[in-house]
Amino acid sequence: MNLTGFAARKAIAAVITIFAILCVNFIIFRIAPGDPVRMMFKDPRVSAKALELQRQKFGIDKPLSGQFLAYMKQLSRGDLGISFWQKRPVTEVIAERIPATLALVLTALVIAVVLGVALGAIAGWRNGTKLDTFLLTASLTMYSIPTFALGIILLLVFAYFLSIFPLGGIATPASGFEGFEYIKDVAWHMFLPCFSIILWYIGEYVLLTRSSMMDVLGQDYIATARGKGIKEFRVLKNHALRNALLPVVTLTGINIGFAIAGVIEAETVFSWPGAGRLVYDAVVKRDYPLLQGVFLLFAVSVVLANLFIDLIYGFIDPRIKVGAK
Amino acid sequence: MKKLLSLLKNVHQFFHLLVGHSMGRIGAFLIALVLIAAVFAPYLGTVDPQASGKREDILNAPSTRHWLGTDDLGRDVWSQIIFGSRVSLAIGLITAFVTVVTGTLIGLIAGYYGGLIEEVLVRIVDFFMMLPVLPLMIILAAVLGPNLWNIILVISVVSWPTTARVVRSQVLSIKERPFVEAARCIGAGNVRLMFAEIMPNVLPLMFAQAVLMITYAIYDEAILAFLGLGDPTRISWGSMLHFAFESGVMARSPWWIGPPIAGIIVLIVGFSLLGTAVTDVLTPQYKEAKGL
Repeated sequence: MNLTGFAARKAIAAVITIFAILCVNFIIFRIAPGDPVRMMFKDPRVSAKALELQRQKFGIDKPLSGQFLAYMKQLSRGDLGISFWQKRPVTEVIAERIPATLALVLTALVIAVVLGVALGAIAGWRNGTKLDTFLLTASLTMYSIPTFALGIILLLVFAYFLSIFPLGGIATPASGFEGFEYIKDVAWHMFLPCFSIILWYIGEYVLLTRSSMMDVLGQDYIATARGKGIKEFRVLKNHALRNALLPVVTLTGINIGFAIAGVIEAETVFSWPGAGRLVYDAVVKRDYPLLQGVFLLFAVSVVLANLFIDLIYGFIDPRIKVGAK
Repeated sequence: MKKLLSLLKNVHQFFHLLVGHSMGRIGAFLIALVLIAAVFAPYLGTVDPQASGKREDILNAPSTRHWLGTDDLGRDVWSQIIFGSRVSLAIGLITAFVTVVTGTLIGLIAGYYGGLIEEVLVRIVDFFMMLPVLPLMIILAAVLGPNLWNIILVISVVSWPTTARVVRSQVLSIKERPFVEAARCIGAGNVRLMFAEIMPNVLPLMFAQAVLMITYAIYDEAILAFLGLGDPTRISWGSMLHFAFESGVMARSPWWIGPPIAGIIVLIVGFSLLGTAVTDVLTPQYKEAKGL
């Protein structure tokens, strides 16, 4: 199997997964107890004929197979229905929230991965020392505190009582900032939500890199490298960390599905106008089409991100290339 | 009978080691605090947690009458905290039970039978592990309607794959051991091999998974309730935070939001410490180091 074959196989698996997600999304809203039309028109005086007309209007008078085809056809046009709450197409409502979420997630992820891997590598290297125990305990604790609880604490202390950071939102309203000033303003608003996500992510990367590093440091080739008289820092950087990173990359992929939880919580607490806050708004407003749309967005993003990571893995793991021969 | 005795001996040794583990001790202490609150709630909670107060009872600071003050409807925060512990613990324990039983069954079947059955089950597990957990739980809870049993169902639906996956990989190695072959030779059937021969060896892993699943379930319930998907008939720590957050006055009433946050952290940190200790104690190296 060569690299192209590997990539193609992963891509096909991703397409199948996305199709399965679309099916799950279709089924969930049809296992709901009760008749959706009856729920909409609770008044008992509404005639049976009027209810039948409504069923025809929403296409739920047809058998399930017909409904499924109609749903797929709608999706292929990028049509996710109309939001109950905003009275606009769901696609439009979601699309304008994506940039804010991406900015928040990518910033948090990059900082958490870099810091987490560095701290984890140090903990693994200095395994058993006081520094290691401290990093391990801190990571476990941070990983155990729900992001929304941490967010509320940060919000009250740093935004409300100390007034160092804003209470929420993405930028100062009607500030008239432009260019660099505007970026600075957004960064200032982003600090607390980003920080609460980082504190949660980072623990995981510390724990992972630490155990992976400990495995690698016990290998013979590390002893060989040290025996050759290579400086300790170079042994760590070129021999140990490089190999210790492989499991970290794999787990990053698996964990993206969990990581989205942190985004939803942080955006909700800090009123960050992204797709995560949209989940909260949709729940509070009982806006099912919107909820369904955001779920699809997150699920498909996770699959695509995993595909991306699998492909990167194909390039960095020598075993996959070696297997080609 | 002999088997049962050796099992009991192992269980005794396990708890002995767990008590000797410092993280295990701290974890057990934190959990015990909440457990006492939950068991003796009717004696500890001073008033009905759902009873609204009169106008002068609204957002009172802590006093001798309301030990932790009151919320925006004049309800007693102390009583809400005490009764809320029951929701967290009940959901954690029941969900962990459902999840570990389902996950073990599926992992056992997949690992034992192999072939097409395994292929299909592993694909299903992989698919579930790929889905974004929180959005899936939110959407299911919103559609099914938020009540205690639906919340348990929803968390179980997203949690079983983890257990199924680790149990399967354990079963794969256990089923190759000689004693399984020996049992097969003396005529043990599939069911007997799976449940009487292989499963007892998976029990320690199941226990570690159960602690992990309790932690996740408590965490998940808190998030769902915070997002407004808690059982409306039962106050939980997550739903207290939801009401405080929605009220817009949480900054002026720290006594209202502090206790539920503290409760959630105490319980989750307690279970994660216990979980780490359990995993430690179950590794062969740990037993060796203790001279067992």
